Amino acid sequence: MSAKPKFAMYWAASCGGCEIAVLNIHEKILDVDANFEVVFWPVAMDAKYKDVEQMEDKSILLTLFNGGIRNEENEYIAKLLREKSQILVAFGSCACEGCVPGLANLRDSRQIVQTAFNTVSTDNPKQVYPMTSYDVPEGEIHIPKIYPTLRTLDQVVDVDYYMPGCPPESHQIAAVIDLVIQVLQGKAQLPPKGSFIGVGNSTVCDECERRRNVKAIASFVRIQDRASELDPSLCLLEQGIPCNGPATRSGCRARCPSAGAQCIGCYGPAEGVTDYGARLMSAFASVIDSNSPEEIDRILDGLVDPAGQFYRFNLAGSLLRAGRSAWAKEKV
Amino acid sequence: MSDESFEPTVIGFTCNWCSYRAADLAGTARVKYPPNIRLIRLMCSGRLDPTFVLKAFSSGADGVLITGCHPGECHYLEQNYKALRRFHLLRRTLQGLGLEPERVKLVWASAAEGVKLAHEIASFVEEIRALGPLHWGGNGSNQSSVISGQSTAHAFKEVPA
Ligand code: SF4
Ligand code: SF4
Ligand code: SF4
Ligand code: FES
Repeated sequence: MSAKPKFAMYWAASCGGCEIAVLNIHEKILDVDANFEVVFWPVAMDAKYKDVEQMEDKSILLTLFNGGIRNEENEYIAKLLREKSQILVAFGSCACEGCVPGLANLRDSRQIVQTAFNTVSTDNPKQVYPMTSYDVPEGEIHIPKIYPTLRTLDQVVDVDYYMPGCPPESHQIAAVIDLVIQVLQGKAQLPPKGSFIGVGNSTVCDECERRRNVKAIASFVRIQDRASELDPSLCLLEQGIPCNGPATRSGCRARCPSAGAQCIGCYGPAEGVTDYGARLMSAFASVIDSNSPEEIDRILDGLVDPAGQFYRFNLAGSLLRAGRSAWAKEKV
Repeated sequence: MSDESFEPTVIGFTCNWCSYRAADLAGTARVKYPPNIRLIRLMCSGRLDPTFVLKAFSSGADGVLITGCHPGECHYLEQNYKALRRFHLLRRTLQGLGLEPERVKLVWASAAEGVKLAHEIASFVEEIRALGPLHWGGNGSNQSSVISGQSTAHAFKEVPA
């Protein structure tokens, strides 16, 4: 029946939160239904990979792809949806920069599997581990092979637009859907390929209403250890709380600092930042109030986990992309 | 990881006003230092963005040497202290990523200290040689070679929801 443009959404290595964020646009979701034919969206409707394989190339107008590329299956679907889609959006921090699933790049995949099947909550007395292929009476079965590292979507296929955030804020998703509908109606134009959409172009600090005045700090401390003494109107970083606002892209209306928590960086690197962690290292180093190596070390002891602090969302998208052990040759 | 034939690649970020001149002086005075180091001149050690160091490692460097004017002698007043603080933070971060922090070193050398700098370079190259090659695989291009086995071209069975 439909001459409506086609819409798809997919999840690869992700948590499902991005899907919820899309549903969280409330009645705007009806606009999606009114303006698009949803042809593939595993979380919301039944469709098979083979249905997608049979579609004509470029027959899907808009695909929102969330999740990083952790295994063979993720990669296969990313390439398939790239072929079938006119506009492929890396949707959410996982697809844009790896996000929390990308933190597993700190370890090699053997350690990841070991941990997953041997945690305190996992009773595995026979030490059973998944195998990528296995013979059963009905034939051979396969599960997708895990890769040594998680990659961002654009490390695997060509991406048209980026929509960061963990997850992207609902008001931003609604705005992007509005924009695409306006483009369909000839009332607006798409931004240049490669643009970040549904975001601001400065930093979280620029959107943050906390006051800044001192430029130097004498210690770092975790927020839970100083929560009761914090001045609610003063910049958190200046109170020694490691806040990632200075390197993080705006777009969330400084949600966390305005609620009393530090920005942990879910909108990813601000415009023009090559390596998110490097930018933050510069920012933090410039507020440390000491010129003596011993004193600097003492202050830095307050930053308990620098790699986690600087790369919680951006490890897979960073210059180094992974911790060293992830790159060791390995078999899983 | 001792590989007899391993020749470390070291990147040296030098300050224009002191250590770059020191390196120059070492050359003029025919003081030898190992050819493993590639010097990149910055106007001041304060210009050293941690991005440069990460870029060097991700492009194949095994070690990075940062040099600047002695404390109190920076031509831009306090910028070498900024470099010092970045250096400390960078080493901690690298350690968290599984790299030996000793792969980055900070050395102060004035324009007159050509011999001292040549000496520092030589000993740093030996320290890196002892650590072994970094072999950073992070450029991603080699990912498929790391994955053994079948191509992704076969159709996947549906994953039950
Ligand atoms: S970006 Fe965040 S909310 Fe979205 S899938 Fe990844 S972890 Fe979940
Ligand atoms: S560092 Fe954090 S608290 Fe301070 S201005 Fe930036 S976002 Fe706000
Ligand atoms: S303040 Fe930072 S962590 Fe919080 S939503 Fe915004 S970008 Fe994400
Ligand atoms: S001018 Fe040499 S370190 Fe600043």
